[in-house]
Amino acid sequence: MTRKAYYARKIKRATQLLFYKRHMKPGVKGWELKNALGSDYPKILKVLDNHLEKLDLQVKTVFEGEEPAEKPTLEELNKARFYVTVRGGFPSRDAKMMGWRIDDIAGLATAISYIISKKGKAPRDEVEDLLRTKLPGWRVEMNMNRYIKSGYLGEDEHNQLYLDWRTRAEVDHKALVELLLLK
Amino acid sequence: MSTKEKKLNSERIQRVIELCNSVDERGVDPFAVDVDDIIATLQKYFHEWESPEELALDAKAVQCLASVIQNQGDWVKHRSTSLYTDPFLLEEKIQRLDKEELATLFAKVWNPIIEMEQLSIPRLAEALKYWRDLVPISERWQRDGPMHVEAGATTREELVRLKILAEKTFMEELETFWKELKQTVGEDEKILYWDFVGADTYQETLDRAYMTSFLVTYGYATLELHPLEEEVFIKSFTKLRSELVDKRMVSVPISVSFEEWMNWKEMRQ
Repeated sequence: MTRKAYYARKIKRATQLLFYKRHMKPGVKGWELKNALGSDYPKILKVLDNHLEKLDLQVKTVFEGEEPAEKPTLEELNKARFYVTVRGGFPSRDAKMMGWRIDDIAGLATAISYIISKKGKAPRDEVEDLLRTKLPGWRVEMNMNRYIKSGYLGEDEHNQLYLDWRTRAEVDHKALVELLLLK
Repeated sequence: MSTKEKKLNSERIQRVIELCNSVDERGVDPFAVDVDDIIATLQKYFHEWESPEELALDAKAVQCLASVIQNQGDWVKHRSTSLYTDPFLLEEKIQRLDKEELATLFAKVWNPIIEMEQLSIPRLAEALKYWRDLVPISERWQRDGPMHVEAGATTREELVRLKILAEKTFMEELETFWKELKQTVGEDEKILYWDFVGADTYQETLDRAYMTSFLVTYGYATLELHPLEEEVFIKSFTKLRSELVDKRMVSVPISVSFEEWMNWKEMRQ
């Protein structure tokens, strides 16, 4: 098998693994990719990422805990989770096609940015009070449950909200806070 | 110190623990806890504690206080990062923006995960096959009551056929086997072990070796060993000598392996 054919086959397999939902949560763990593609899977993902760039998509890596400051080790990559996400954001009107009302997105943006400013944890009551200033009460509770169910927010036993796996995969925290402060 | 005073002091320590826990659990500002004051309080009461419960409470308070100090450290670290924003400033910004602006701003930093859920033809075919083979729920969940069987009489032969009863009792079989040994030995009184035990099939040989071991154990026969010649003889008793049973203290291991049986067969031929 030529080198080109080898990579073509591996990229096809990586695409199937990353695009199709296989577990309750989307995405694939690094060790699963290693088992399916071999130990050079980071290289294969890089090639796939280059292909996806033309479609404004990307292979997103979400590390366990803090993102490593330097080049991640293979062990860190094996424990990380990989997703395919949109690369450069999208017009807010397109969110409607994804089943999100403008209220829902604004509420999510508010909740996420408030939690970030509170060092990653904020009481649910405080976040709900903030949302109630712009949204009707019944919608606030409904939306909050939706954010939690989708994995954007998590809630602990002391009713503290935190940023859950989906926010870590989909939202650029730093850029969000910077954009808000610029307004 | 009176018991009442001790109880009051212990309640004070309990309140300190609750205050420290609220930093972790309810996101209270860690700098709202006056660490110096709490340390002074703990130091003041420490000499009064005597029982293990009181000392454990004191240790728990110190542990919670350490957690508050760690939270203060994290708070300072977070403030120094680029992600830090004053919550009040951010709240004010959010209040000023309308829903459309907020949504537009968020869409710029939001990169939703792409995931597909799609059936393929082979998977559909597999599912159809499963459906076809699936037994209806009325049959699967059918509860079978206990089988009703009429009581009746049976015969000994039937029980032997069902292997509930053996055809002969073990002792009857042993007696028959002893008679066979006596006939085989005849006037010589003894026979080579393999010449008696050996049979046409290996299975039968094993059965005979098994029965022979009981003949010797129960006093129907004995073994005569000739170590130099490496020969083992079975010597039959004319009468059962059960008095030997209690005296026998020696075990004689004799290997009846397949190879040895094959060798014996070849030699016999």
